[in-house]
Amino acid sequence: MIDSLTFLLAGTLAAATPLIFAAMGELVVEKSGVLNLSIEGLMATGAATGFVVATVTGSAVAGFTAAAFASMLLSFVFAALTLGFLANQVAAGLAVGILGLGTSVLIGKQYEGATIKPIANIDLGFLSDLPIIGKTLFGQDPMVYVGIASVVLITWVLNRTKLGLIIRAVGESPKAANSIGYPVILVRFCAIAFGGAMAGIGGAHLTLSYTPLWAEGLVAGRGWIVVALVVFGTWKAPRIALGAYLFGAVSLLELFVQGQGFAIPSQLMSAMPYIITIIILAIISRDARIIKLNHPASLGVPYTSGE
Amino acid sequence: MTELLKLDGISKIYPSVVANDNIDLSIEKGEIHAILGENGAGKSTLMKLIYGVSQPDRGTIYWRGKAVQVRNPAHARALGIGMVFQHFSLFESMTVVQNISLAVPGSLSDLSKAIIKAAEGFGLPVSPDTLVNSLSVGERQRVEIIRCILQNPKLLIMDEPTSVLPPQGVEMLFDTLRKLAADGCSILYISHKMDEIRSLCDRATVLRDGKLVGTVKPSEETSQSLAKLMIGREIPHASHEAATEDGEVKLRIEQVNHTPKDPFGTPLNSVSLQVRAGEIVGIAGVSGNGQNELMRIISGETLLKPPSNGQITLCGQNTGRLAPMQRRRLGFSFVPEERLGRGAVPDLNLGYNSLLTGLENGLSSMGFIRFGKMKAMADECIAKNDVRCGGNSARASSLSGGNLQKFIVGREMALTPEVLVLSQPTWGVDVGAAAAIREALIKLRDAGVAILLVSEELEELFEVTDRIHVIFNGHLSDSLPTRGTNAEQIGHWMTGSFVPSTPAAAAS
Repeated sequence: MIDSLTFLLAGTLAAATPLIFAAMGELVVEKSGVLNLSIEGLMATGAATGFVVATVTGSAVAGFTAAAFASMLLSFVFAALTLGFLANQVAAGLAVGILGLGTSVLIGKQYEGATIKPIANIDLGFLSDLPIIGKTLFGQDPMVYVGIASVVLITWVLNRTKLGLIIRAVGESPKAANSIGYPVILVRFCAIAFGGAMAGIGGAHLTLSYTPLWAEGLVAGRGWIVVALVVFGTWKAPRIALGAYLFGAVSLLELFVQGQGFAIPSQLMSAMPYIITIIILAIISRDARIIKLNHPASLGVPYTSGE
Repeated sequence: MTELLKLDGISKIYPSVVANDNIDLSIEKGEIHAILGENGAGKSTLMKLIYGVSQPDRGTIYWRGKAVQVRNPAHARALGIGMVFQHFSLFESMTVVQNISLAVPGSLSDLSKAIIKAAEGFGLPVSPDTLVNSLSVGERQRVEIIRCILQNPKLLIMDEPTSVLPPQGVEMLFDTLRKLAADGCSILYISHKMDEIRSLCDRATVLRDGKLVGTVKPSEETSQSLAKLMIGREIPHASHEAATEDGEVKLRIEQVNHTPKDPFGTPLNSVSLQVRAGEIVGIAGVSGNGQNELMRIISGETLLKPPSNGQITLCGQNTGRLAPMQRRRLGFSFVPEERLGRGAVPDLNLGYNSLLTGLENGLSSMGFIRFGKMKAMADECIAKNDVRCGGNSARASSLSGGNLQKFIVGREMALTPEVLVLSQPTWGVDVGAAAAIREALIKLRDAGVAILLVSEELEELFEVTDRIHVIFNGHLSDSLPTRGTNAEQIGHWMTGSFVPSTPAAAAS
């Protein structure tokens, strides 16, 4: 029983981490007024790149760095389409997302089905040996903690710093932001680049830690749940993180239930994390006032500096 | 006095129109200088050139004696030029101090102190930690002004600042501006309201059709002479005989309560009114007091929830649950406050826009659009109402706000409605055209149309209406006969004194 609980709790944090990274990136992008739907493709590209580079170099740090850069490069395509050519953000996001899925297959072609030694969990001696909480809180891989730190950091930046105010200003009313002298396109470009890098890191966490192997289609819709998390989490970082952990927990529960031999169709079980996460987030976030306060008013609307 | 800003032969040419033609202007230190002109006279273009939003094609701008090229608004602010826009550039989801910190350097706590200090010094009460979306329009304007003041401007440009204020607010604003001017800050005051310019401004520069007509001392002019300078002819004045009092009640609203879905909307509290055929009923009030909610309920954009929330009767039929198109079939016509997106579709041309409400009034036959008739109707509306545009194929979004409003009002009037409801029909419309719209309203009234007019401009209400209601915080007052009341009484009611439980009522 204690083993099962440890497995569930510790696994939840690990399973949620790829989503946390990608969602924090997407949060910043959406707060700046851009809807980037290519997260699925960006995560896949990061996952493949991270896996290949880490395999070749033997360094997980190199893998994560390369993944961040690869996905950021891909997000530049999205930025060029939406900011440069004022393309529809939804269509451009879908197109770049598909491009990213294709790119990931290309990058990972030689490594299809290969495995890698997952990045090591930290060991804090007796702390990590405590029952249940030891493994959960003090025995994860380092990126899990970086993910948690990113939630705190993004919350702080968006709510407490000038940079955050500027990002929110651009997302609420780009015209007004421009009229008081902020470079709207540049801010949005940087947000998109950051979002791309974070999605890449999230993807790399999948292949370098959570399921240490590369296979086509391994991201399996997590990029889409990230988009849903940001929206249903009403653009508030802590709620989004809560949603990500919920998703992780239900995913783990699925393995657990299967292990116990319950006769529930596996397709239904695989769908559960997505369904339950969205339903619960939608329920806790139905306060119209909070949505109105946090929703970036110009989300998805192209901006031109002309009159 | 020293010269702060000088424009020398400034011209700005757009593809279809010369917006500014060889304009000279000179502003002294500490002067309140008015720019007077109709819509489309080139006031806004000129301000954009001074504020660096766009660049002049010819001519030179001198700032404190030196020729400068104002590259962008940030550069303008660095020079010491601030601007308060007609449409505010505040961010609703942030607090006052956060908004200001985006434009003014300094920590939030320092800024909060500076805001409170400026608020006291210039009579602009506002609290730094309030969210902007909970502020009234007048309070938002104060925030904009404070944001400018904290940047220590030498020149402050105010674009039609009183269009959003109640009469008492206008006086407060003028006090603030006079204090600023006494401190040595020059003010460029854009307006088309002659009375304000005469009471506030030292000098006035008058523009007409992009050209400079002259610079005058407003205190030595009458409103009539200023208006004549501005539009180049005498203003037509609406005739105003008493309404017939025995008309049939065409629009009746009884005890309507309504809580809007929008959390920042104003709930309506037991609103009742009636409008007879052949009379014009006005609703006065500062915007944001429930006008919008009331209009949506009358137009059918919001449906009443049965049965306890009151009743709307249109031409004798209970319509509280009818869709907008069904109400229009009964002879109802509506001119909303927002032109783009509600009164007209921005991306469609004027022809198609006349189709929006005219489809069931002769512009279609057996399900097919009658394009010839549609264009003819749009052309007629353009010609009749002096809409300045590129013909019936001009996109609605290419027209200035005032011109588009003339088109929309004309379009609705052409439908020969039995009940006509208008919200701010002359807001942003130039003096000449506004007078024409008012005249047309009186003609419609005399032809037996029941008209409900929501307006923030008291002068307008007093000019055309027969009875006036006041709306405050979702409460509607009883009506007063227009000829039996005065602006003071209505202005007092506009602060809520007719509602039993407000502080203003307790004080009176």
